[in-house]
Amino acid sequence: MNIVVILKQTFDTEEKIIIENGEVVNDNAQLIINPYDEYAVEEAVKLKEVHGGEVTVITLGRSEAESALRTALAMGADNAVLIENEDELSLDEQGIAKILAAAIKERDFDIILGGNMSVDNGASQVGPRIAEELGIAHVATIMKLEIKDSFVKVERDVEGDLEIIESGLPILVTAQQGLNEPRYPSLPGIMKAKKKPLERLDIEDLDISEDDLQPKSKIIDHYLPKKKEAGQILKGDIQAQVKELVLLLHGDIKPV
Amino acid sequence: MTKVLVLAEAKNGKMRNVSFEVLTVAARIAKGDEVTACVFGSEAERYCQELAKYGAQKVFIVDHEELNNYSPDGYKQALLNVINEVKPKVVLTGHTSIGKDIFPRAAARLNAAVISDCIEVEAGDEIVFTRPIYSGKAFQKKVVTDGLIMATIRPNNIQAIENQAISETIKLLVEIKDLRTVVKEVVKKASGKVDLSEAKVVVSGGRGVKSSEGFKPLQELAGVLGGAVGASRAACDAEYCDYSLQIGQTGKVVTPDLYIACGISGAIQHLAGMSSSQIIVAINKDPEANIFQIADYGIVGDLFEVVPLLTEEFKKIIAEKQVITN
Repeated sequence: MNIVVILKQTFDTEEKIIIENGEVVNDNAQLIINPYDEYAVEEAVKLKEVHGGEVTVITLGRSEAESALRTALAMGADNAVLIENEDELSLDEQGIAKILAAAIKERDFDIILGGNMSVDNGASQVGPRIAEELGIAHVATIMKLEIKDSFVKVERDVEGDLEIIESGLPILVTAQQGLNEPRYPSLPGIMKAKKKPLERLDIEDLDISEDDLQPKSKIIDHYLPKKKEAGQILKGDIQAQVKELVLLLHGDIKPV
Repeated sequence: MTKVLVLAEAKNGKMRNVSFEVLTVAARIAKGDEVTACVFGSEAERYCQELAKYGAQKVFIVDHEELNNYSPDGYKQALLNVINEVKPKVVLTGHTSIGKDIFPRAAARLNAAVISDCIEVEAGDEIVFTRPIYSGKAFQKKVVTDGLIMATIRPNNIQAIENQAISETIKLLVEIKDLRTVVKEVVKKASGKVDLSEAKVVVSGGRGVKSSEGFKPLQELAGVLGGAVGASRAACDAEYCDYSLQIGQTGKVVTPDLYIACGISGAIQHLAGMSSSQIIVAINKDPEANIFQIADYGIVGDLFEVVPLLTEEFKKIIAEKQVITN
């Protein structure tokens, strides 16, 4: 089975966000695999363990995204592709999806996995867009995946409810939290990962027109939320505090 | 003057409130031009009047049983047909399980931009969308510079305003075919409960809840307030509750009127998911807990003592209120 994982390197979720001149500052931040993409890597490696085949992880990013790919290789992926955006070409979700789809198109694939969102941009667009670009089916926010020959059964999280969905290969699925428990790379895994093939591509190497890369949306400002003032710690015995709190809230909200 | 189309969405036989919120945004953008809604499935016709109440001047319905369950293929076929018929400049929907899935897929077909998960929309010379990034640790303002404007609006952030329109219902026949994903069964784990992302009140538990049993008093409080129960990652990782309840940078982002954090320390990832709530109450044994830094009101104490008392006190006040209104 040919398995492709699309992943993104993001800030560690511990990081505070700093904005200067309307832009997010990305120096010195700890970088990780987007946590939702990590579930996708884990699921891909599990698929390979059951069905055989190869796992290829693909990312679009700056040169330092290599470390995210090496982590995925250490978890058990076989090959990696880094599409470099060294010029920091300004791209929107459409451009990103077209680039990744163009890179995937050049290989054989039965299934593509990714996270259902990134913890930085959080738009949830790239997965469904890639599926449309490739002309294949997709199911987002999956909690369980079973494949038998070319028959696919998934459980999709729908705001807390579960849909049991049947489909076939090829397919693109995006991972929801709870799909699995990503493994920690083992020491031998990390050593092996250093020698596994990592292909570097430029955006220009891909079959994609300049028109397709033209962003159709633009960010005009970034800002931080207003700092919340610490409020009031209530005093007195618990019973009195509870009474006071309900009175305070009663002025502010209308409990149904 | 801008023609706006809204994809409306029903859940469990009821129009979702977010659809009314989106219609309110649509009216703001349309500035007197036509606001059209569309709704899919065999039950679609039932919702036309309600949609008119919030300003839909036309309602396109695609009445097809293949649209009773969501599928990307089915919804894409229906939505692209409606867009082709209406020819709007702006297409909006809720940032829901359906909205965030179908908009990028349809947009890829139309070569259009989507601005996802918007919490505010300003309709001046340009339409400026505000959306959180890093789950609310920061925000960005975005505009569409070319072509059709598509956007998904986060539930619970824009007040739905009634705006009665005289509405025309138009049935559109669309051939729905070749569905590559088929919903075989829906397991209602969250049924009967208030949806976390749309809840006006969220009662949330952390490591301090100690067990799945420990969520019971939180569920009771949420029940009395008509709210939903949420959790921190620590509580989910410890298997006290399902991951679908997780609030934070991984998990859901919520913006209720009232957020009651019980036994939650307040890690930066959790704060990202809830700090835009209107009023935050923290209940924690540890007076040093980070959550108190962002809480409007804090009680230092054992949640197992405080939460049941709070439930009782709210019950009393609600009962008094009912006496007055009766």
